Amino acid sequence: MRNLFLFLWRNQFFTLFIILEIISLLLLSNSFSYHRSLRYNTVSDFTGSVFSKYTNVTRYFYLQKENEDLVAENARLRSLIPPVAEGLDSLLYYPDSLYGYIPATVVSNTVTKPNNLIMVNRGYKDGVEKEMGVISSSGLVGIVIGVSEHYSVIMSMLHQNIRISGRIKKNDQLINVVWDQTDYRLGTISDIPSHIQLQAGDSIVTSGNSLIFPKDLLIGVVESHDKESGGLLSKALLRFSTDFNSLRHVYLIKSFMAVEQKSLLSQIHE
Amino acid sequence: MPGLLINNIVRFILLILMQVLVFNHLNLGGYLNPSVYVLFILLLPNDIKPSLLLIVGFFTGLSVDFFTNTPGLHAAATVLLAFFRPGIIRLFFGNLEFGPGESPGLNKLGVTGFFRYALVLIFIHHLALFLLESLSLNHILFTLFRTLLSTVLSCLVVLILVLLTTARKKR
Repeated sequence: MRNLFLFLWRNQFFTLFIILEIISLLLLSNSFSYHRSLRYNTVSDFTGSVFSKYTNVTRYFYLQKENEDLVAENARLRSLIPPVAEGLDSLLYYPDSLYGYIPATVVSNTVTKPNNLIMVNRGYKDGVEKEMGVISSSGLVGIVIGVSEHYSVIMSMLHQNIRISGRIKKNDQLINVVWDQTDYRLGTISDIPSHIQLQAGDSIVTSGNSLIFPKDLLIGVVESHDKESGGLLSKALLRFSTDFNSLRHVYLIKSFMAVEQKSLLSQIHE
Repeated sequence: MPGLLINNIVRFILLILMQVLVFNHLNLGGYLNPSVYVLFILLLPNDIKPSLLLIVGFFTGLSVDFFTNTPGLHAAATVLLAFFRPGIIRLFFGNLEFGPGESPGLNKLGVTGFFRYALVLIFIHHLALFLLESLSLNHILFTLFRTLLSTVLSCLVVLILVLLTTARKKR
């Protein structure tokens, strides 16, 4: 034993190197799965405030595009409101609704890494919680995995641990949407039943089976589907409807029924 | 000596800020993301204690991780770079005499010498970084491709930064 310590002391450079690498890898191992990142993600207001100061400067360059997007979204939302409700501005929060929407601004975002995270300027003070769904005006964005007082971190669709339950709009078949870490515009549709042939342009929407997203939110459209593999389930390429590279404004979805649904599920599992 | 310490602290802060505010948002060609903060480790004095070099490397990486929400990722890669630094300096520039507190910078190694030094160490750093980041060997060719291109890009940016700052000191 004494010799071992003596050896380690003589090679303290190498020993320290090994120790520091082990610490780093232990820290890193918290990002190995969706559930681990959910448990261990720590967001700090400090990094958030640095990023939002920076974003406050750069956002002026995008005002034009931002306005156009908001106008387009307003038009789309107006078309959804039945004529009777014309003039009702607080529709997003009316009491019967199953979901509430918290608008937020992106302060930091990446699309080129194998695992991309988005930070937005809303935290638990604004009612944000872990595992809330996130959408943009054009489609699905991701899931909240970390919350601090004023900021939260979102696991973007562009992350290897994300798996969204979706549905093929034309025939209601269930599928899953994942990302293969290469192109930020393209996702992968997995688990397509073998008798289904997808056409380019078919819409893929959320299934509503998860407790996170309401159903029928657009995820993207089918890009191509090659059915060469003889297995039971095939894969297809999906073009995301959200442009992750130009993401500025998002909505965090609060599900008012999630608590009840979760307690029901845990009753069954007991 | 206190001047040296202050110099390094200022360099540390500037490089970390540049990294998280500018270079992390730059994605040339879609997938290139230069890491310039490693320049801080490259320019530490040659006579720094090896153990201290590792610890400084660890915390430098951790500071970047703090901003990118990837605890451990940059720390692991930067500790690896710090581990190889003394060996690389001995291998390439074994016959050079370093004064106390002198760093293996542009003035000491010359442009080609410094480029070679930066290229090898940045390659080691980037290879570890991109492999750990993708956490799989599925896209190994893509990862290697990213590593090579990003290494070249990081080296160029590092060289430009060093050329600019060294020229100012001479004047």
